[in-house]
Amino acid sequence: MSAARETILGRIAEALRLAAPRPHLSSDVPAGTPAKVGKAWLPEGGDDEEGRLALLEANLGKLRASLVRVPDAPAAAAALARLAAERGWKRLALHRGELTETVARGLPCETWCVDDGFDKDRLEACDAGLTACESLVAQTGSLLVSSASNGGRALSILPHVHVVVARRQQVLPDLEAALADARARHGGALPSMLGFITGPSRTGDIERILVLGAHGPKELHVILIG
Amino acid sequence: MRVDLFIPCFVDQLAPRVGLATAKVLRGLGHEVAFREAQTCCGQPSFNSGHWDVAREAALRALDVFRGAEAVVGPSASCVAMMRKFYPEVLAGHPRAAEAADLAGRTFELGEFIVRRLGVTDVGARWEGKATYHDGCHGLRELGLRREARALLGAVRGLTLIEAEEQETCCGFGGLFSVKYPMISTAMAQVKSDALVRTGADIVVSSDPSCLLQIGGYLGRQGKAVRTLHLAEVLASR
Amino acid sequence: MSPAPRDRFLEDAAAATADDPQRGFLRGALGGYYASRDVQKARYRDWEKARDAAALAKWTAVNRLDRNLARFEEAFVRNGGVVHWARDAAEARAIILGICREAGARSVIKSKCMTTEEIHLNDALEAEGFGVVESDLGEFIQQLRKEPPFHFVFPCMHLRRDAISELFGKHLGTPPTDSPEELTMIARRHLRDLYLRADIGISGANFLVAETGQVSITENEGNARLTCALPRVHIALAGIEKVIERLDDLAVLLPMLATAGAGQPMTCYNTLYAGPRRAGEADGPEAFHVVLLDNRRTALLADPEQRDALHCIRCGACLNVCPIFKNIGGFAYGTTYQGPIGSVITPHLRGLRNWNHLSGASSLCGACTEACPVRIDLHHHLLRNRRNAVRAHGGWADRLFHRAFGWVIARPRLFSLGGRLFRAALPVLRRLPLPYLRPWLRTRTLPEAAEPSFRQQAKEVLR
Repeated sequence: MSAARETILGRIAEALRLAAPRPHLSSDVPAGTPAKVGKAWLPEGGDDEEGRLALLEANLGKLRASLVRVPDAPAAAAALARLAAERGWKRLALHRGELTETVARGLPCETWCVDDGFDKDRLEACDAGLTACESLVAQTGSLLVSSASNGGRALSILPHVHVVVARRQQVLPDLEAALADARARHGGALPSMLGFITGPSRTGDIERILVLGAHGPKELHVILIG
Repeated sequence: MRVDLFIPCFVDQLAPRVGLATAKVLRGLGHEVAFREAQTCCGQPSFNSGHWDVAREAALRALDVFRGAEAVVGPSASCVAMMRKFYPEVLAGHPRAAEAADLAGRTFELGEFIVRRLGVTDVGARWEGKATYHDGCHGLRELGLRREARALLGAVRGLTLIEAEEQETCCGFGGLFSVKYPMISTAMAQVKSDALVRTGADIVVSSDPSCLLQIGGYLGRQGKAVRTLHLAEVLASR
Repeated sequence: MSPAPRDRFLEDAAAATADDPQRGFLRGALGGYYASRDVQKARYRDWEKARDAAALAKWTAVNRLDRNLARFEEAFVRNGGVVHWARDAAEARAIILGICREAGARSVIKSKCMTTEEIHLNDALEAEGFGVVESDLGEFIQQLRKEPPFHFVFPCMHLRRDAISELFGKHLGTPPTDSPEELTMIARRHLRDLYLRADIGISGANFLVAETGQVSITENEGNARLTCALPRVHIALAGIEKVIERLDDLAVLLPMLATAGAGQPMTCYNTLYAGPRRAGEADGPEAFHVVLLDNRRTALLADPEQRDALHCIRCGACLNVCPIFKNIGGFAYGTTYQGPIGSVITPHLRGLRNWNHLSGASSLCGACTEACPVRIDLHHHLLRNRRNAVRAHGGWADRLFHRAFGWVIARPRLFSLGGRLFRAALPVLRRLPLPYLRPWLRTRTLPEAAEPSFRQQAKEVLR
């Protein structure tokens, strides 16, 4: 145990001997975790599946991400092929997985799986990254990716375009549901990275004017099956 | 009801017309109005300067001065905030803390008293012209008053209320802040006053005489024709 | 010797407030923020109650800080990370330099982290020969300008695009442009290679999750994602107050951070890191260190009255709405953390004697407290700092003045007499400004004396 650790924890214990007053709240907050009690006050997440899908679509639109809804996997593959052709992609990176591999089959460009031996320069040279995701969040228009299920850390951030392919059943109402879903999937061993992505990369650092594609992807496309 | 006036010290000394108008409006609504002469200053200048011992003495005096009053009404959101919010704070743990809480519950800002306590918005006033309203920060954020003064002004015959930009922006008075940091205070007065002038209103109305001192002083130095009036003065005009 | 902080503040604030175009520019830049913030706030079913939930999340975490930090440490280590504790800035710098040396590193890429500004990390890294590059666009620009951040969330909001174009021309040799998009792309292209080559990535932390041992990082640009993905080693520097109890708390805190601070529904990237690359994961760093910094935060913790200042999630909302900040700008504060939160905490972190003037430089309008998503009692803390300063080292003249004032207002007859004298003298005072009135009179008039006073008329009128 380091001396610094002992000193700091000692200072904290000493400081906390005096109790602080509770914060001035606007209301009597019912008992429960902040997430549970806050759920009813945060932006809504849709009452049913249709509501969730409508909300997700509206939120993605405001975030300047695109949403393409397709009936099945072949249609998703066709949608991806259209994107690749329109934008003239030469190389697309993806990760191993039933959905991503099915959708990327027959693309009119070179494809490479990052799981086959990661190479950051090779990834940087790709025009687009294709990933699945853990879930989508209607409330905020976010999608949740993880290093365990979605090709590590760089695939969804380094290429200039990020394409996500997902199934309708993955659309969840809110952040709390998405976190609970990830926990249920991974149990005690959470992935080393779990990230919410809410729209394409952006900055307002210059005169508070919105510019897309600051360092991460300039474009974010969601292909939703079902 | 018997209403005891709580007249800010600088209204007493420099703008007695605001106190007179306050009395006139309340009497016009059929209430008995009294002024307890033992009152002086609420102690806010010392409180804001960190001299809470001086403020505590002022608070204890006020508890004596307004003992037994049914309703204490003042034409200044700032001084009322001192009594309602900060007397309990400087008297926290003091044997008379409960009295401070009790006084806090009986003290009202003028517009708040008329609208919330009496349930009246039309006091029978008439004022011809265009007016804009400045929210004093103490009224807005310590007392939570937003709609009261507007409801009252909305019922004044002949008066058109125009909302300004920077509606909830501070005028920069801040008591001794305006003297200790004059350049910041003046910059704030400029932003606020420019927005008020842009409305094209004939008068700037506020529930806080101290804000009017700042805004009126700045507009005066700028040679602007816009007049500043306290809410009570508008409500007292016929 | 450099001038005392208070003297420097007065000088800088005077210069900043005299610059009308710059003040107008800042107001304009924040105009869009107010509009989008209001749109997003309207999407909350109850913003005020959501603030209650967020405040409680932080209150619970901070008031069990020792337990929560120990839990975080245990979980973080279980995830394969290394925890370091630093009592002060020097210790934190030494730990980080040690990690860099041991890794045989040469280049460091950093994502935005105010705590590294607090400990002056870049100077220390450069002095040891490490190349260090800020990757957040605003921080990158400020690094090129050799200037600290102007605003702790919007580091270069004081700059116009032409100044940035000129800066890039000078340092990167790029042709002039007046397009913010093109300027952003210049930085994007320049930094890409640096991410790929950096040995070490240094980030901050927005939240440390005690329950799961995760470090949560919030950003818009993707630079932190890259910083935490590509280099061999990841170091996160975090103040000890960043810890929260549960992963679920983020369901409240993340959207509120985004809405309050930047008028967004969610910040673009909110990423939770639990240790280095795992077996079976495609990429990620070999090692992940977190450095937990005290640096007098425990002194603030020891003040239960102002302990809630440690709830701060550094969203910047209090700066965005502060009329003082908008008129004097960020540099005048002379602190790592500008605006109302900076004025509250700096006296605790760096000493009340030298930094209490920031608590005085406020009209106490309360816009900050109203904007704070975690309900820190900001403007009232400025009053408490003023009180503490008077108690600890008030000047005798000031004390005498207020004692005398208190003595007069306790005596209605004397008060009345004083008022009469003041009114009699007022016509002269208005023309012949005395030292105390001069600052007022330079820019404002005083009202004419009205006779007689209210109390003189009251007997007559209220009979």
